[in-house]
Amino acid sequence: MANTQAMATSFKVEILNGLHAFGTSVVRAATTADSFKAALYLTTATIDATATVYTVTGEVTGTGYVAGGVDLTGAVDWIAPTSTTTIAFSTPTANIVYTTVTLATAFDAVLIYNSTQGNRAVSVHTFGSQTITAGTLTLTMPVNNSTTGLIRIA
Amino acid sequence: MITTTKGLMDEAFLEKRTGVVNNDNEYTTWVEYWLDGELVHRSAHVTLKRNLMSESIIGGFGGEHTSNGDLV
Repeated sequence: MANTQAMATSFKVEILNGLHAFGTSVVRAATTADSFKAALYLTTATIDATATVYTVTGEVTGTGYVAGGVDLTGAVDWIAPTSTTTIAFSTPTANIVYTTVTLATAFDAVLIYNSTQGNRAVSVHTFGSQTITAGTLTLTMPVNNSTTGLIRIA
Repeated sequence: MITTTKGLMDEAFLEKRTGVVNNDNEYTTWVEYWLDGELVHRSAHVTLKRNLMSESIIGGFGGEHTSNGDLV
């Protein structure tokens, strides 16, 4: 038997659940899960890992689209974080859908952000350039596991 | 009936075009409806394949290690 240096897998899950604060944190109003939103960004935008909060700069505009994007839907927005082997992961509980919109200027990214905690950025996901005309954009969520989950911490 | 820039229209009166983008990053399908050479509807369905993985690194005495303990 030997000791093994490692980051606790439970810690990775607990990061996703907001149980640890190594620095100054925030006073949380409840123990319930936060709410999250998804905003779309033009191909000309520069949204990336440096994003700290949702910004209207570079966001799409168009008929049927409200600045800030759409709420992640479901009783809770994310499937309860869990882990397999040493990888923690979570995925939104439902697909992200923009219904009956016209987005004439090409876009290729979605920012997921925490609307409960000051619109703090979570992740940026890119895809091929798209436009929508009087139609629906559906972002299908992957299977929630350690290899395809939308957010994973190894 | 299809939502279009001209209101709800019967699909039978429209030209339908579809496409697929399938690469390492995404599997996307799209559908367009055209009326007399004018695009009146376009929808897209994007499934991301390459999702986000954040690798955690822990500091070790004498080097950095991955979260699994491997020296990097």
